[in-house]
Amino acid sequence: MFTILHLAIIAPFLAAVLVPLLYKFIPRIHTGWFVLIVPIVLFSYFLTYLPDVSGTGSVIKTFEWIPSLGINYVAYVDGLGLLFALLITGIGALVVLYSIYYLNKHKEQLNNFYTYLMLFMGAMLGLTLSDNLIVLYTFWEITSISSFLLISYWYTKEKSRYGALKSLLITFIGGFALLVGFVLIASVTGTYSIRGILDASDQLAASPLFLPAMLLILLGAFTKSAQFPFHIWLPDAMEAPTPVSAYLHSATMVKAGIYLVARLTPLFAVSAYWFWLVTGFGLLTLIWGSLSAIRQTDLKGILAYSTVSQLGMILSMLGAGAAALHYDSVDNNAYTVAVAAAIFHLINHATYKGSLFMMAGIIDHETGTRDIRRLGGLMTLMPISFTIAVIGSFSMAGLPPFNGFLSKEMFFMSMVEITHFSQYGMGSIGLLLPIVAWTASIFTFVYCMILVFRTFTGKLQEEKLPAKPHEAPFGMLLAPLILVALVVVFGFFPNTLVPAIIEPAMASIMPELAQTGSFGVDIYFWHRFSTELFMTIGVVLLGTIIFLVLQKWSSIYAVFPDNRLFNQTYNRFLEGIERTSYTVISWHMTGLVRDYFIYIFSFTVVLLLFSLFGTGAFAIDTANMVPVTPYEAVLSLVLVGSSLILMFTRSRLKAVISLGVLGYTVALFFVLFRAPDLALTQLTIETVSVTLFLLCFYHFPQIFDALKETKFHAANLVISVAVGLTVTLIGLSASGTRLFPAISDYFLENSYKEAGGNNVVNVILVDFRGFDTLLEILVLGIASLGVYSLIKLRLAGGENK
Amino acid sequence: MKYNDVILQTVTKFISFLIFLFAIYIFFNGHQEPGGGFIGGLMTSAALVLLLLAFDMETVRRAMPIDYKTMIAIGLVFGVGTGVGSFFFSTPFLSQTFGYFHFPVLGELELTTTLAFDLGVYLTVVGATMTIIQTIGEDK
Repeated sequence: MFTILHLAIIAPFLAAVLVPLLYKFIPRIHTGWFVLIVPIVLFSYFLTYLPDVSGTGSVIKTFEWIPSLGINYVAYVDGLGLLFALLITGIGALVVLYSIYYLNKHKEQLNNFYTYLMLFMGAMLGLTLSDNLIVLYTFWEITSISSFLLISYWYTKEKSRYGALKSLLITFIGGFALLVGFVLIASVTGTYSIRGILDASDQLAASPLFLPAMLLILLGAFTKSAQFPFHIWLPDAMEAPTPVSAYLHSATMVKAGIYLVARLTPLFAVSAYWFWLVTGFGLLTLIWGSLSAIRQTDLKGILAYSTVSQLGMILSMLGAGAAALHYDSVDNNAYTVAVAAAIFHLINHATYKGSLFMMAGIIDHETGTRDIRRLGGLMTLMPISFTIAVIGSFSMAGLPPFNGFLSKEMFFMSMVEITHFSQYGMGSIGLLLPIVAWTASIFTFVYCMILVFRTFTGKLQEEKLPAKPHEAPFGMLLAPLILVALVVVFGFFPNTLVPAIIEPAMASIMPELAQTGSFGVDIYFWHRFSTELFMTIGVVLLGTIIFLVLQKWSSIYAVFPDNRLFNQTYNRFLEGIERTSYTVISWHMTGLVRDYFIYIFSFTVVLLLFSLFGTGAFAIDTANMVPVTPYEAVLSLVLVGSSLILMFTRSRLKAVISLGVLGYTVALFFVLFRAPDLALTQLTIETVSVTLFLLCFYHFPQIFDALKETKFHAANLVISVAVGLTVTLIGLSASGTRLFPAISDYFLENSYKEAGGNNVVNVILVDFRGFDTLLEILVLGIASLGVYSLIKLRLAGGENK
Repeated sequence: MKYNDVILQTVTKFISFLIFLFAIYIFFNGHQEPGGGFIGGLMTSAALVLLLLAFDMETVRRAMPIDYKTMIAIGLVFGVGTGVGSFFFSTPFLSQTFGYFHFPVLGELELTTTLAFDLGVYLTVVGATMTIIQTIGEDK
């Protein structure tokens, strides 16, 4: 049944259809105000699901889409799906609110912007609330496409187009891998339903396809979530308008990969590869991202690399959480804290990173630049933005009393805890995990400080700013203020989230453990003097020192390889592909019709002759043949004669006439064989096409003079003789072979009975084979429109550059 | 040399009318006798081409201001429409049916849903051929 839940998921798509109309017909009101209704209503609607998913609950609504093929649209809301749905609609609402003030209704193409944004929102909801892997994959690709469209929103800018294409190519490569991975999984488990697959996880674990499927799916998740070394698309995606960066490239879309990893954790957690890949790449991305962020001078660049780094951190926690699934029960299971931390940090990251992106947008909007070398001293001019920046950055740095401190502590805790784990070949190499985590956190602290202090303290350099700085309008500040309020609220009352969202989401990631009891997550500030606390103190101390002496040691960066390496690889790869495909294509696509005919005919002859003789279908049966009458003999001679004239004549008019003779002779054959319909059709077609030829030849250059010098091509003769032979042989075999009773008897019998028509040919055309005819007239229509657009819309000379 | 096509033009005026009539006859009669939308459409195009040859593009266009591209679209709508119409009777796409009806003057006639479909074929064929011929013919 089609329920409100299904409607809620496709509601953004419906809104996307309406947006251009609203933009066109109500230009006085900023289109964003209408759009804002959608995420707010959806957010409120999804809030009502909170009681349903508490504990291990879930809601399944099935809409039978094509029941005869067993294709259903199954909407599946559980803790994890609902968490994402709330994130998508909640942050979505704030971003839309923010964009109303960010995008000028007179200057910007709001219809494009909000259509793409709604497209994205719908795709993201569909992705997270679907039970079917193929549906998930489809929505996954739609998010990539809408991201592409939004990054290239200011498509006149070269860098926007470059960034858009880069993100599209990288995420599509991953998306394709994902599809293959899904197909592999389904080939083992026999179902595309996620719930069904999780039930059959033992079956998959025993299969040789387990590892390939896992690697392919991880490739998809890593490209989407901008994990090292695929992270290079995210900084370039910052060319998008800031609301888009805040929404897609920090809070939601890039977390689709995390969603997938979380969703499939029960399936793959048994494998040590899963643990090492997810945790390893997560930590590598964490440290690489934080190191890269420090050297950025663009506010959004810092935030982009910081997003890369934080995504790596969430993934590493999910990877470490996989260890929890090796236990039968939640009791004494220290590793569940990693999963709790991952989910908690996911929420926290959305709040503080969203507010920071919006803050960066405000700075850009009000001062005209995002370059921290030109910024400074804005604290007194923009006090509210400064507050937002301080709360957001300090939370990201992991300082109390904000929510980032809590999840950072839990992160350290889980990284320390995982070293005690006995499986996965942990050993002494496991010690590396907390060390990397800790080191990366120091650099995280450093770039958070850069973000705040380089922008807001120091000397104001007003002469370097394109605009006179002042505080943003209240409407623009509202969305980031709500987010930082959440940062503080979640900091002080984290446990309100636990039963409502975190534990249900954990239950989705660890379904079997959830059956054994409550996870008992309790988040609090004071951890006594534990390892985690000392780690945090160390981070703050060392981080402060590094930040203060940053100028002195930043030169050592020149020694290390940086992101240019990956960007160059990507660029070379693209260039290589372009060059290779150009070479390959220009080798065989010569632009000459006769060359194409050679390809087509050679392939036809080879394929047909091969299958004719290869399958032993060649047979000549003279039993059913009738003797040739004088009329037929004469007509055949005319046919051969006119085609010979056609070939050897040097006059264009003669060619047209002999072609006409050819066609009319065929029509006469139809008359002789008592096929009036065919004869009529052939006659009229011939008439019309002779006219067409005359019209066309009017435009042709005098090519016949040139033909006089044309050399004789033996290859062409061979091909044309072969084509003639092939057709003749097939014709003979067709009449000589009768494997099945002819279908014509059926048509003759039923034409009047079933379709009320005596003219069998017409009944076949419009009734028995109506679909064929429908497609034929469609092709006819397309062809004529093609001719029309080729001729009418062709560019004037010199314009096609 | 100056061409004189008085004879051609006079004959065409008369002949093309006959061809049109025959095309319509052949279209309606297609279900029982040789003919149908495809042949009818082609024959109509042939008559139009004859007009184009005897007179010129501009004259014919003024006499019959028809946008043939729209005609293709209308034809396709008829084609798809009869297909989709089947859904309202819970039958598969493009199911056709027929019945016998009594008309005041004409007497009993057979009416089929295929006629609507065939009309789609007719319009598309006329539209497509004429679009092509007109476009190429007008191109200088």
